[in-house]
Amino acid sequence: MVEPQRMKPLVDRGALSTVTDVDFAARLRPQRRPWEAVIESGLFVAALVSVLTTAGIIYVLGYEALRFFLLPQVTLTEFVTGTVWQPSIDQFGVMPLVSATLLTSMIGMLVALPLGLFIAVYLSEYAAPRTRGVLKPILEVLAGVPTVVYGFFALTFVTPILQNIFGRNVVEIYNTASAGLVVGILVTPLVASMSEDALHAVPDSLRQAALSLGATRHEMALRVVVPAALSGLAAAFIVAISRAVGETMVVAIAAGAGPALTLNPFKGAETMAGHIVRISGGDLSYDSVDYKSLFAIGLLLFLITLGLNLLSQRIVARYREVYE
Amino acid sequence: MSAAQRDPSVTGRPEAPLLRGQEGYSDNVTGRKRQARRWELLFIVSTLVGIVALGSLLYNVLDSAYGLVAIDVKVDPASLARGGVALEALPASELATLLREKLKKRDLKTIEKEQPLAARSTEDLLGIVQTKVVGVDVVGTWVLSGSLLRRRAIEAELARTHPNATLTFKSWLRPAFLSSQQSPDPMRSGVRSAILGSLWTILVTIVVALPLGVAAAVYLEEYAAKDRRLTQVIQTNINNLAGVPSIIYGMLGLTIFVRLLEPLTSGAWLTGATSATANGRTILSAGLTLALLVLPLQIINSQEAIRAVPGSLRQASYGLGATRWQTIWAHVLPSALPGVLTGTILSVSRAIGETAPLVVVGASTAIFQDPSGPFSKFTVLPIQIYQWTSRPQAEFRSIAAAAILVLLAMLLSLNAAAVFLRNRTQVRH
Amino acid sequence: MSQTTPAIALSPAGRAVASTAVAGIADEMAIVADNVDIYYGQFQAIRQVSLPVQRYQITSLIGPSGCGKSTFLRSLNRMNDLIPSARTEGSVIYRGVDIYGPAVDPVQVRRRIGMVFQKPNPFPKSIYDNVAWGARINGYSGNLDELVESCLRQAALWDEVKDKLRDSGLGLSGGQQQRLCIARALAVKPDVILMDEPCSALDPIATLRIEELMQELKAHYTIVIVTHNMQQAARASDHTAFFMVSDDRAGYLVESGPTGDVFTNPKDRRTEDYITGRFG
Repeated sequence: MVEPQRMKPLVDRGALSTVTDVDFAARLRPQRRPWEAVIESGLFVAALVSVLTTAGIIYVLGYEALRFFLLPQVTLTEFVTGTVWQPSIDQFGVMPLVSATLLTSMIGMLVALPLGLFIAVYLSEYAAPRTRGVLKPILEVLAGVPTVVYGFFALTFVTPILQNIFGRNVVEIYNTASAGLVVGILVTPLVASMSEDALHAVPDSLRQAALSLGATRHEMALRVVVPAALSGLAAAFIVAISRAVGETMVVAIAAGAGPALTLNPFKGAETMAGHIVRISGGDLSYDSVDYKSLFAIGLLLFLITLGLNLLSQRIVARYREVYE
Repeated sequence: MSAAQRDPSVTGRPEAPLLRGQEGYSDNVTGRKRQARRWELLFIVSTLVGIVALGSLLYNVLDSAYGLVAIDVKVDPASLARGGVALEALPASELATLLREKLKKRDLKTIEKEQPLAARSTEDLLGIVQTKVVGVDVVGTWVLSGSLLRRRAIEAELARTHPNATLTFKSWLRPAFLSSQQSPDPMRSGVRSAILGSLWTILVTIVVALPLGVAAAVYLEEYAAKDRRLTQVIQTNINNLAGVPSIIYGMLGLTIFVRLLEPLTSGAWLTGATSATANGRTILSAGLTLALLVLPLQIINSQEAIRAVPGSLRQASYGLGATRWQTIWAHVLPSALPGVLTGTILSVSRAIGETAPLVVVGASTAIFQDPSGPFSKFTVLPIQIYQWTSRPQAEFRSIAAAAILVLLAMLLSLNAAAVFLRNRTQVRH
Repeated sequence: MSQTTPAIALSPAGRAVASTAVAGIADEMAIVADNVDIYYGQFQAIRQVSLPVQRYQITSLIGPSGCGKSTFLRSLNRMNDLIPSARTEGSVIYRGVDIYGPAVDPVQVRRRIGMVFQKPNPFPKSIYDNVAWGARINGYSGNLDELVESCLRQAALWDEVKDKLRDSGLGLSGGQQQRLCIARALAVKPDVILMDEPCSALDPIATLRIEELMQELKAHYTIVIVTHNMQQAARASDHTAFFMVSDDRAGYLVESGPTGDVFTNPKDRRTEDYITGRFG
């Protein structure tokens, strides 16, 4: 690097100093603004509240779960491997709750993933702007309906339909199939809108390139756009799974009120979240085993959903690198 | 060349060369086109399934909220008319006298304990007369679709089983439903305390989450260095919190607000109640729990609104010698306000429908009085819906459906407000 | 109407007027555009353009920015169909068929009239799959490996990528990406390749390589190229069409002919002003 050539000053320094006010130089010095500092710290504290919330969640769940595991009648091995959950007779196997959670989530995903993806492809690659303008708000309405309403829907609409199709003696009033299907409907708008975002992020030039090679629209959509958006779609799917695992009201209302280890979707079974909400809805003594056990289940639920969310964020981060 | 001349039959141009396959390529346009149509159909059908799902959801709620009700009575209400005035038209004082005459001392006492007769509304008193004196008994309810399509069959069935019962068409969602208290009798039960509970809870949530969310967003967007480790931790943390199941927030609220901060959240520090009678399961605890729940959403939405404020505005302000906070307060926040408020409405609509965390925090199952402030015991609309849905009797399904309609109406008006705000800001920019 | 304009005479209004019968010269023409009007909603983007495109030659479309030359280029393989508000009138005759005729499938048109875009746009797939993609969807039954190699060779890219065919196409440099896009277009064996400012995103050396490539390709393909670079048009094309924009922002054709004639002996004042740099 060559030293830039020194320019001759426009005004002679001597002449400049004669017009300089001594007080003015003092005024240019940095001023103390205590209020600015106070406000900044206040705002910082507000931002910290979210970190404190996380810390609180981890502390509360961890502490109470630890108290649970330190009880003489509880062992971690039994918690993980046991197949019966009945605190009244000191049986603490979380398996029935986990299996019911997986069952409803899986049924839900079987509905939500294809449905959400297809809706997203339709909205992003087929629908005219006007159609999109009508359909997007419908999806938003679906996404905004409270989950308790979906629970009502599962119990009073979907379950009777299942009973009519498969028979009343096959399908119990409370069953995981109905809850799972409705969980699927509930997360479909989420899958659709996140997937549509991912498809939307695929540059238009790729679509044009595909069409200029003589591709039909579905070949373009399925063989160029969807593969190009794959990581974004994967992220959407994982978030949807996390949402389904943590979904509470639908399963609390429609899936059944008793832990049961069954893979029969037409029988009732209680999920982790469903169990927490049912037990804590009753009158519960803060020192009881039941109370503490809820936090162990809560901790497990939290860890599962957190793991899924972190995974999804990692995928999204990698996917951004591809396009930028 | 006009459009008509494009027709090959008019121009006589051959079509064949274009459609002939190229050497080595099957092209198979017919097959591919057929496949394309199948896929497109699949995409459209999927979208329709989504619409049908929403349609059946609404249909199901409406179907349950209206319909025929068969009522049997023990005493003919006409015999209770006084001085030529029908029972339904009697004033409150007359109804109260009627109750004192007809009811057993013990029953009267229980009712007076709940709320004195003199303090009750005419509507309420009439309800009590009907259940306790007239002996109104619901012997059957039918959903709207059944009521309309099978009315004859229902009438015939009823004539056989309950010859004295009267069949009336009932809209479960009616003004009295909004204005009456919760009651064990579904015919008289209302959502007054639940609506008030929801409004109080939301008020607490907004008062806490709005300033906290905006402040955090201002810090993250205007102050924090984006590449600092702490900033990234905070940002990642907010994104993660948005994905935590709501029921976990309920457990946090239960431990922190209901138990740990009980002296504060129960209002004991105001009333001087002893710790023995203090109860942290109050509107304040519920509102704070929901505030933590919507905080990530509120921060993310506020950040977006602040980010959308053009940088030139900030530079103009700095150029005039304003400090950073002056710039934010006088220019950035006012410009971001509509976006922030839209985000707040979205947070509120999330909070207003939340059920699970409030069950955990400890909503009361039976409340017969209006909540009077942040330290009251509470119930909210979604909890009420949950409890009614869980009952086996069909009448409770019907009032659950009516309560759902009330909840959806509240949400709809909130969303309409958000759309209105959004459109107004779009016009301005 | 089976007549169109191989040589363009100009009316005072600057509109092209049909004069000669198309039948006699049809064999030499790859594409003949006949009185093409293109609208975006109410707005007319192209007015009455008639232009013959000679087979196995390079035709360049030049003109100031906003004169609709890209829009016109895209009308030659119905890429404008993708814009919902776009509407094309007039006809574009390819192998004796009006591609805007009622019984014509745009998929079939594009399959034969390929396109290379302004910015290199390889698919986020491997180099091999980029080239093979079009052949696969069009049901190519021959040896795919050989096809990929020959297309990459034709696109003068083979030597640079032969050892990394499985690597992502996005990992290549801009010039290599554009040659990959050309190879991709070649793999469906088109008749005509439309190039929409293919060098605008490239450096001078990469640009030169693409120009050399075009000269090699013209033995087997007809090329129509839009360029904002007049030297490129003069250097690399056999025919030149000069477009301008009218007061109502509609683009129209001023004159067209052999590149030498247009550049050294323009018939129209506006062409002369443009190529001597007096405006645009």
